[in-house]
Amino acid sequence: MVTKARNLYLIPYAMWIALFVIAPIVLIVYYSFFDVNGAFTFDNYAKFFTPVYLRMTFNSFWYALLITFFSLLVAYPTAYLLTRTKHKQLWLLLIILPSWINLLLKAYAFIGLFGTYGLTNAVLETLGIGTQQILFTDFSFVFVSVYIFIPFMVLPIYNALEELNPTLVYASRDLGASWWTTFRRVVFPLTLDGVKSGAQAVFIPALSLFMITRLIAGNRVITLGTAIEQHFLVTQDWGMGATIAVFLIIAMALIMLVTGNRR
Amino acid sequence: MNKKGARLANLYLIAVFAILYAPIAYLMAYSFNSGGTMHGWDGFTLEWYGEVFADTRLLIIVLNTFVIALLSSAISTILGVIGALAIRHVRRRQPRNALLSLNNVLIVSPDVIIGASFLILFTMIGIKLGFTSVLLSHIAFSVPIVVLMVLPKLQEMSPSLIDAARDLGASGWDVLTKVVLPYIKPGIFAGFFMALTYSLDDFAVTFFVTGNGFSTLSVEIYSRARQGVSLSINALSTLLFLFTVLLVIGYYFINQRASRSQARGAEGGRAVR
Repeated sequence: MVTKARNLYLIPYAMWIALFVIAPIVLIVYYSFFDVNGAFTFDNYAKFFTPVYLRMTFNSFWYALLITFFSLLVAYPTAYLLTRTKHKQLWLLLIILPSWINLLLKAYAFIGLFGTYGLTNAVLETLGIGTQQILFTDFSFVFVSVYIFIPFMVLPIYNALEELNPTLVYASRDLGASWWTTFRRVVFPLTLDGVKSGAQAVFIPALSLFMITRLIAGNRVITLGTAIEQHFLVTQDWGMGATIAVFLIIAMALIMLVTGNRR
Repeated sequence: MNKKGARLANLYLIAVFAILYAPIAYLMAYSFNSGGTMHGWDGFTLEWYGEVFADTRLLIIVLNTFVIALLSSAISTILGVIGALAIRHVRRRQPRNALLSLNNVLIVSPDVIIGASFLILFTMIGIKLGFTSVLLSHIAFSVPIVVLMVLPKLQEMSPSLIDAARDLGASGWDVLTKVVLPYIKPGIFAGFFMALTYSLDDFAVTFFVTGNGFSTLSVEIYSRARQGVSLSINALSTLLFLFTVLLVIGYYFINQRASRSQARGAEGGRAVR
């Protein structure tokens, strides 16, 4: 009886896995061996190891690293202080709420905020600094990305902090450790899992953001995601796009291994 | 923490909240500007809202977006529940972990990869890009989320509940519909809800598989935003924001009810054991 039921459930689910999980990955790898004209070739891989693409990959990683770092810098104290407020569930909900708003609308808001006559420049003007070019710079790209990812970083860290047994902190303080030592030796190591899953939730999407680079960075920043979109939808060179995608998948798998919880 | 520290902490939180909400407030405020730009203030107007409601093309796109979201989340909820049941029925650890990893692939994959690979897939199978391809991809990336929301509920369910139902003569179908499904109902609702928001929010995957004739709201906003500022987008986003707040409030209540019934369920489980 149990065996029969199990097989019945597995059929549709396994079909979904085969069609939408395994087949797409296989197809990506398959397409990476073809050029624009549909001839079998290793050229795409050779092209990936030319300085142009390597620099792009490096840049993409560098930006993703910056974005992850700044998100963590903002999100950790936020999560920490949130756990100490009254009505913390409500505040947490308010932190998460912006992440439910369409990402493109937030990016679009920054086009207005950072524009030549926008609010930021008006503030800079009154401060006497003068109008700056903010939109279409690396700074605006990193800022907007960090803005978008903060809730995704806060949530896992908050959860980790909530799971932390407060008696450990009391014990450490009772034994004479300063606030900073307690944080560095007790709180932070015990919430490292939250930090790791936060970093995972930020770093991987940050590698592949293409709408932000297009809208905010004005094609100044080319990430792996931008390059894939460009090859698939603009130049129609699916082979090269698939090759970059293969490397992005490899990078993703490596990141999962490094930050994965060994459980 | 002393008083000064507490005040600093509050200042920091206020600053974070201010930055998080400033762009949204800015966007909404300018939807009432008669000047037509996102700087300077000429006067109050509802002109842009009128423009949104007069734009038939935009309204059709809004309708498309909701049809896709509701259909895809309903279908993916069914598939996801079946998937969670399938995973639970696999007793041996290794194949079970393998299934779980395969399940999570689409959750951790960047949108660009999902979009590009689905584009190849649909072209290979010969599915025309448009409504069908967008619907299929939304179903595909929502299934694993539903599985993850339902599985914990299934796992916390005491097996003795099923044994008891069997002993009392229930058929396999009865056990499923009268014992298992009611028990995991909160998980199913949460999964449906998550799938709904993922579908409404998705841009990148849809952008890849949408073709020429069909468009969803995100794709439309992207192509309009690339052409520069137009305050009807602001008006639209204000409406969307209000809708999102309503959804969140709804979700909050579902969660509240779920955690309450979870507490009750835990007590029930203990009583059985």
